Amino acid sequence: MADVTRSSAFTRRHAVHLGALVFLVLMPPVALVLDEPFYVSLASRILIYGLAAASLDLILGFGGMVSFGHAAFFGTGGYVVGILFVHGFEGTAFLGLIPGSDSGLIVWPAAAGVAGLLALIIGSVSLRTGGVYFIMITLAFAQMLYFFFVSLEAYGGDDGLSMYGRSQIPWMDLSDDTTFYYVCLAVLLLFLGFGHRAVGSRFGMVIRGVRENERRMTALGFPTYRYKLACFSIAGAAAGLAGALIANQTEFVSPSLMHWTRSGEIMVMVILGGMGTLFGPVFGAAAFLLLEEVLSAWTEHWMIVLGPVLIFVVLFARRGIYGWLIGAQDGSES
Amino acid sequence: MVESTGLSADEAAVPGIDGKTDLLRARDLRKRFGAIVAVDGLSLELRSGEIHAMIGPNGAGKTTAIAQLSGELTADSGSVWFAGQDVTGLGADTRARLGLARSFQITSLFRGFTAEDNVSMAIQAHAGHSFRFWRAARRDPVLRAPARALLESVGLGARADVRAGTLAHGEQRQLELAMALATRPKVLLLDEPMAGMGREESVRLITLLAELKGRVAILLVEHDMDAVFALADRISVLVYGRAVASGTPDAIRADPDVRAAYLGGAA
Repeated sequence: MADVTRSSAFTRRHAVHLGALVFLVLMPPVALVLDEPFYVSLASRILIYGLAAASLDLILGFGGMVSFGHAAFFGTGGYVVGILFVHGFEGTAFLGLIPGSDSGLIVWPAAAGVAGLLALIIGSVSLRTGGVYFIMITLAFAQMLYFFFVSLEAYGGDDGLSMYGRSQIPWMDLSDDTTFYYVCLAVLLLFLGFGHRAVGSRFGMVIRGVRENERRMTALGFPTYRYKLACFSIAGAAAGLAGALIANQTEFVSPSLMHWTRSGEIMVMVILGGMGTLFGPVFGAAAFLLLEEVLSAWTEHWMIVLGPVLIFVVLFARRGIYGWLIGAQDGSES
Repeated sequence: MVESTGLSADEAAVPGIDGKTDLLRARDLRKRFGAIVAVDGLSLELRSGEIHAMIGPNGAGKTTAIAQLSGELTADSGSVWFAGQDVTGLGADTRARLGLARSFQITSLFRGFTAEDNVSMAIQAHAGHSFRFWRAARRDPVLRAPARALLESVGLGARADVRAGTLAHGEQRQLELAMALATRPKVLLLDEPMAGMGREESVRLITLLAELKGRVAILLVEHDMDAVFALADRISVLVYGRAVASGTPDAIRADPDVRAAYLGGAA
C-alpha cells in the first residue's frame, strides 16, 4: 500500500519488469545464434497465453469473478480468424454476407470484437448470479460453445480448421517466426500498458471494490453490474485477440481451443503467476508452458508434477511467482 | 401517534401531509421471512434536518426496516417515498445516488483498502460515472482531498494510510460514518453506529452526530439510550415490526406502554 514511496523510486518490481522486458526483446536473436529457432515459437506461445491469462486476471484477480469459461473467448477469437481466412482463401463469404479476409488489421480487431460481444452476452446472464453459480454458468456457456463448434461440420467440426498461412499485415512478414514473435510481444505490451492504467483508474477501483465488498459498493451507489459486465467484456475481447494470435501461430483452429480444460489451464497460469497482479499471469504462462515442455518430454502425466506445485503456490505464495520475484510486501497491484 | 395503516396510494403520494417536509416516508411496510414477520405494517416519516431514533428490543425489525428503506430488501407490500419521489421500486444503488446513505450495523468496509481509499470510493460513487480507464484514481485530488478532510472531521486524519481491516473497532465505525458522509446524503440511515464502542468513542461520535444535526436528516437505530435521548428530536418505538409509539423523547420517556414494553421503567 506504500503507493507514495513506490511511485518514484526504482524498486525491485521495476527491476523485474526491466529484466523481463530485456529478456523478451533479446530472446529471438539469442535463440537464433544458439540455433534453437523452436524457442522463438515456444516463446510466442508464452506471450499469447500470457495475454489470455492477463485478461482473465482482470476479472478473476481484480474483480473476484471466478470465470471458468475464459477459453470460450479465446477459442472464438481463433475461429473468427480461421473462418474468415478460409473464406478469403476460397473467395466466398461467411453466411453469404461477410467476405473472408486474411488481413490482420481487419480480422484481429474482428476477433476481439466478436469475442467481446460474446462476453457481453454471456456476462449479461452469468453476472446476475454469484459464487459457485457463476463458476458453473460460465463453464456451461463455454462447453455449449465447445460442442457447437464440434458439431459445426462446415468448419471442420471435431477435426478443426486448417489455415494455409498467417494473417497479412502491411510491411511485415508474419510467416517469419521472429517477426510474428515481436508482433505478439507488442500486442501483449500494449494490453499490459492499458491494463496497468485501467486497474489504477476509477474504473479499476470500482472493480477492486466489487471484489472487496460488493454489497458496500451498491450501498454507496455504484451500479456494480454494469462495471462488472464492462470488465468481463474487455477481458473477453482481449482473450479473443489472444485467440486470433494463437490461430496464426499454429495456423490451425479446433474446438479444443475452448475446451473446459483450456479454461482451467489459463486459470492455473493466473494463479501460478499471481492473482491480481496483472503482470504475474504472464510469468505464470511462462512457468506453465515451460513445465509442460520439459516434463512432457519425460512423461505424458506431467500434470502429476504441476498439481503439487499449484497446491504449494495456493497455500504458501498467494501472490504467485510474481509476488515472490518482486518481494512479498510490494506484491500487490491492488 | 401511530399512523393508521391502509392509506391509499394517492394519500401516500402527497409529501409532507402534515405541512412539514418529510424527506423520507414509509407507509405500511411489510416484510416476511418464511413464517417470521420481520416488519408488520411499519409507517414512519423523517423530516428534513431532524434526528429520528428508532428503538426497540432485539428482533423488533429495525435492521430489516433500514434495509427496506435503503432499498437492499424489497418490501412485500407498502411504499417508500424519498424527497417527494416514490422509490419503492428502485434499487439500493439508485436510492444511494438520490441521497439516501446508510451505515451498517456490522461494519462493512473495503478491508484491504486504506482508510483514505475507502472514503475516496464513497466520493467517487457520487462524482459521475466511473467508466474512466486511464487517470490514476489514487492520485486524483478530486477524490483524495475531500477524503482527507472527511477523515480529519471524524478524527481519523492520522490513520488515513492504514488498511481498514487493521483499524480498531471504534475507528472502523468512525470510518463508516466518514464514508456515509462522503456521499453528501440528504438522509443518513445509521444502524447502531455505537455498537461495540467504548465509552470515550461513543461520546466522540455523539458529539459528531450532534454537529451534523440540522444539516442532514438522520434515522438512528441505536441501543445506547444515552445517545438516543441526547440526540433524537423524535423517537419511534418498534415492537414486533410495527411502531407502537412515536413522539418526542420526553413523551416517549413518559409513555407507560413504552416503559412497560421496552424501557422497563429504567429511563
